[in-house]
Amino acid sequence: MPSLNAQAKHPVSITLNGRTRMGHASPRMLLSDFLRHELGAHGTKVGCEHGVCGACTIRLDEVAARACLTLAVQADGHRVDTVEGLAPEGRMTALQDAFNRHHALQCGFCTAGILMSLSDYLERVPKPTETELRDMLSGHLCRCTGYAGIVRAVMDVTGQTSGNADAEDASGRKEPVHV
Amino acid sequence: MTALTKAPSEIAPAAGAPASAALIGQPIPRLEDAAILTGQARYTDDLPVKPGTLHAAILRSPHAHAEILGIDVQAACAMKGVSAVVTGEDAKRFAAPFLVGVRAQMEHWCLAVDRVRYAGEPVAVVLADDRYLAEDALDRIEVRYRPLPVVMSIDQALSGDGEPLHPAVGSNIVNTRPFSYGDVNAALKAAEHRISATVHYPRNSCTPMECFVVMADYDRADGAYEVLSNFSGPFAIHPVMAKALKVPGSKLRLKLPPNSGGSFGNKQAVFPYIVIMGVCARVAGRPVKWVEDRLEHLMAATSATARRTDLEAAVSGDGRILGLRMEQTDDVGAYLRAPEPASLYRNHGNLTGAYRIPALDVVNRLAVTNKTPTGLNRGFGGGQLYFAIERLMHRIAVTLGLDPLDVIRRNLVPAAEMPYTTASGGILDSGDFQAAVEAAIADGGLDDLKTRRDRARAEGRLYGIGYAAIVEPSISNMGYITTVLTADERRKAGPKNGAQASATVSVDPTGGVTVTVASAPQGQGHRTVLSQVVADVFGLRLGDIAVNTEFDTAKDAWSIAAGNYSSRFAGAVAGTAHIAATRLRDKLAKLAASQLNVTPEDIRFAGGRVFAAGNPDNSLSFSRVAAAGHWSPGTLPDGTEAALRETAFWTPPPLKAPTESDVINSSACYGFVFDICAVEIDPVTAQVRIDKYVTMHDAGRILNPLMVEGQILGAFAHAVGTALYEEYAYGSDGRFLSGTFADYLVPTACEVPVPLMLHRESPSPFTPLGAKGVGEGNSMSTPVCIANAVADALGLEISTLPLTPARIAALIEKPEVAKPAGMAAVPSKAPATAGGRGLRGEGSRTVPASPEQVWAILLDPKELAALLPGCDALDLAGPNAYRAEVVVGIGPVRARYVAEVELTDLDPPRALTLSGRGSSALGFGEGSGHVTLEAAADGTRVVYRYDAAVGGKVAAVGGRMLDSATRMLIGQFFDRLIARAGGPAAVETSPSLLTRLLRLLGLRP
Repeated sequence: MPSLNAQAKHPVSITLNGRTRMGHASPRMLLSDFLRHELGAHGTKVGCEHGVCGACTIRLDEVAARACLTLAVQADGHRVDTVEGLAPEGRMTALQDAFNRHHALQCGFCTAGILMSLSDYLERVPKPTETELRDMLSGHLCRCTGYAGIVRAVMDVTGQTSGNADAEDASGRKEPVHV
Repeated sequence: MTALTKAPSEIAPAAGAPASAALIGQPIPRLEDAAILTGQARYTDDLPVKPGTLHAAILRSPHAHAEILGIDVQAACAMKGVSAVVTGEDAKRFAAPFLVGVRAQMEHWCLAVDRVRYAGEPVAVVLADDRYLAEDALDRIEVRYRPLPVVMSIDQALSGDGEPLHPAVGSNIVNTRPFSYGDVNAALKAAEHRISATVHYPRNSCTPMECFVVMADYDRADGAYEVLSNFSGPFAIHPVMAKALKVPGSKLRLKLPPNSGGSFGNKQAVFPYIVIMGVCARVAGRPVKWVEDRLEHLMAATSATARRTDLEAAVSGDGRILGLRMEQTDDVGAYLRAPEPASLYRNHGNLTGAYRIPALDVVNRLAVTNKTPTGLNRGFGGGQLYFAIERLMHRIAVTLGLDPLDVIRRNLVPAAEMPYTTASGGILDSGDFQAAVEAAIADGGLDDLKTRRDRARAEGRLYGIGYAAIVEPSISNMGYITTVLTADERRKAGPKNGAQASATVSVDPTGGVTVTVASAPQGQGHRTVLSQVVADVFGLRLGDIAVNTEFDTAKDAWSIAAGNYSSRFAGAVAGTAHIAATRLRDKLAKLAASQLNVTPEDIRFAGGRVFAAGNPDNSLSFSRVAAAGHWSPGTLPDGTEAALRETAFWTPPPLKAPTESDVINSSACYGFVFDICAVEIDPVTAQVRIDKYVTMHDAGRILNPLMVEGQILGAFAHAVGTALYEEYAYGSDGRFLSGTFADYLVPTACEVPVPLMLHRESPSPFTPLGAKGVGEGNSMSTPVCIANAVADALGLEISTLPLTPARIAALIEKPEVAKPAGMAAVPSKAPATAGGRGLRGEGSRTVPASPEQVWAILLDPKELAALLPGCDALDLAGPNAYRAEVVVGIGPVRARYVAEVELTDLDPPRALTLSGRGSSALGFGEGSGHVTLEAAADGTRVVYRYDAAVGGKVAAVGGRMLDSATRMLIGQFFDRLIARAGGPAAVETSPSLLTRLLRLLGLRP
């Protein structure tokens, strides 16, 4: 790794959602701050800045990563994908659409991170069991939904139902798994 | 009874509700989601800042209680990029202490003046060109403190021991208020049984994912503040902020953003920071921005009150409660911060819960402790209240050998008595509690659960079932808080009551409809529900309604009850929007009537058309009528105002001020919640597993079932955390111990099951749409329901939360067997003294040099500096006394400590004591190590014993790592000493734990 002058700002160039974006960052600047405040990509949220809550999750070279635990200079020359890039031309993906139908978000502050983790995870595990899915989601904190709608949305979009889903109401929601 | 996920429910229209409601009651997915899901939604920290904005970082007290002897900001001010450092001196110049809700001499300044009273209290603010530079400068502020004894529990405050936090008050019980409703003494004397319980509710918080954000500016010409913040209300706090800034309310313009990342009440507590940043903007003469970080939020933002409740009930042989005596003591933290003591009074009208208890005596006390001030938190006061009441119900059943369900059934308020006035004045507005309970038992499958319990117990497993029945108050009476004052004090202050909501609906020349409300949505779906309500009134589609969720005190209609709290949206805010829309519709009907040659009463609105009731072909498009209101006001009938904009204010009729006898209806509506919980406890790990959870709600008329179930699921998840995991933990010396999400355990997707949700709808007679609040019920009912299930499983009393494995293990496990002989001793924790986290340990190492050589190294400042990890140089400060700068990293934080190091008890070349104390922006640390040197065959055996204490941020975030980090630092010291003395070079063969951790966190290459 090259040695950088700690006191100086350095040019950082990333491929953000398919486009080259350039900005400047001091070596200690977090990737989350660089995205949000240097490039104006506010879709990525910051919830704890110590790597637990998952709100800032982005994809770095296609792998889900915490932007708050990554330095901007580490991303120089790399591909970064954020929530803004999920729905090109404004058409929501099936997953985003399922989040809406299943009321998988309320305040929405954790949502971008969860979507980015899922976009990576579902490429690798296209049909997770509910247990596998919940295990993966445990890397994200949501204070609004109790995770129920998130689980329902993913089970729906992966062509599975979460449990004994024989009933479906007007909004197309499936019956949740009751404990 | 219906499960909304199975079938849409029959909705009985409430009085005044439109008969042909098309959208209200439908499970319509949210309109706000698309912007959030695509990353377009704007939260406060995403909004643009003015050019030249300074970024703030706050220096916080590492001590829970200390005098401030002096603050030196010179070095910080001299740093690159720093514009100003603001302290309590500036607060004294430009601000006033906050108003306090009781008569007691307690001064609470936005920045500490003379004394700090909780760990994390703001002491100074650095304003710099960016946040990184501001945080750098925090390290350079030197504050000298004189630590004071701390008060860390309600019981300590009650005992009268300990230093008064506010000397002018003289006691840490700052308010005591007795209330008497009916003859409880007579009931107790006459009763067959007297059953009592004492419970303790812990401090916890809902911790929204978005922390506080404040952007403030000061206009010198106008002497006015302008602030943008994710404040949530209640706007009764606005006058508190304005008075603290010493301006009239009109000179504190407060704007709220379009989106907020959750609140659950907590965002109320941003208000002291609005005042701080106002002062900062004024001092710096530039706009300022502050974004709270998670450690700050956990440590110092706000908390639910901890509460001790003592209950004694007069109980008949069959389990009916004839009279209840309760003493409640709330720990409100270091200051009674507005709107406290609301936690203690919010439920005053429903202290007897869902039960018919004819006589009630109450003593309410407020205790101050050296902890973070408390405030709004989902369930506000209800979790505390029902933890006591529903534990008592369970206890009555166990004591009398009754089925807990029968005790609940016999005490529930009968449906025939609705609306029912409670002993303390609450008016339970509607519902059939018995029917709801029976439906939950049948549809929730209680019989199956009992079979499972029997089977589990037969196999020797720990399985239990618990219940809770509560009323869920919504739409707070702004007068309830004055119940803390005596009737005499209230007479002097003037009556306070009501819960005014406001909404504005306007129609533009193209027929577009815009709705604004005095609320601050944090994810509840205001845009969707308001669109449903207003679209129905005008016969339009959802997409025709634009709901603007930004808010501006300088331009929007509001009053003190405005804001998003006390579950007031569905009942009050949506209802008020309905009133405003209906008024505007009536005006449009007049406009249309003159053009269609019918009377306004015959005008109908549907499908985007305005038409005559008897002849739908005689019609105009909605937009045509709207255009007429703008383009041809002259065509209006005489006396009709043309403006197509209506603002409605509405207050719930039953909300009066407290009476002379302290009777108060504290909320406009009371929903009903009945829960059944089955748990199994692992006898080995002591983990509680929720096997099944059933929650029955009657929240009046349901406006959108998706939103209602979302609220229930969210409150349930919070409650699982409250019951099993979450607690703001403090050391006995006031140190805050849960400063990260790795320490404050929020439930993840693996811990939160999906409850079975059941619903009934008994419309409230008191709200415009018949709706009641629903977002807090499970925060009140679920913690105690889980506790009752655990008590049933263990056959033991449960008197506090959270029910962590450690707590359960202490109840069920036998004493640990003794450690096998020969096992290495683990350093024991020293009792924390002098305000720190106690660390203690001992050990020995052999150094390949003679005792004299080792001694010479230790006594040479240059040599010693090279041995101390993180130390660059020691400056001589006296004989064998040095001053040093030491950089220490624990977990995710690193701190530059300014330390005083001293060598004492010198017994050359045999023994010495090395002691040091230091402080930094991250806290303080002190310790001493006694070292003896013994000549050995292969050099010198160095034996050491140390005691250390660490406080402040390092203790809060790195508590779990302190012991190992200390051992590692000592290890490094000896590695260097051995290397210096000529032994094997202290080359790290594998990276240390700390290095690995820092690498993991990206702080080390």
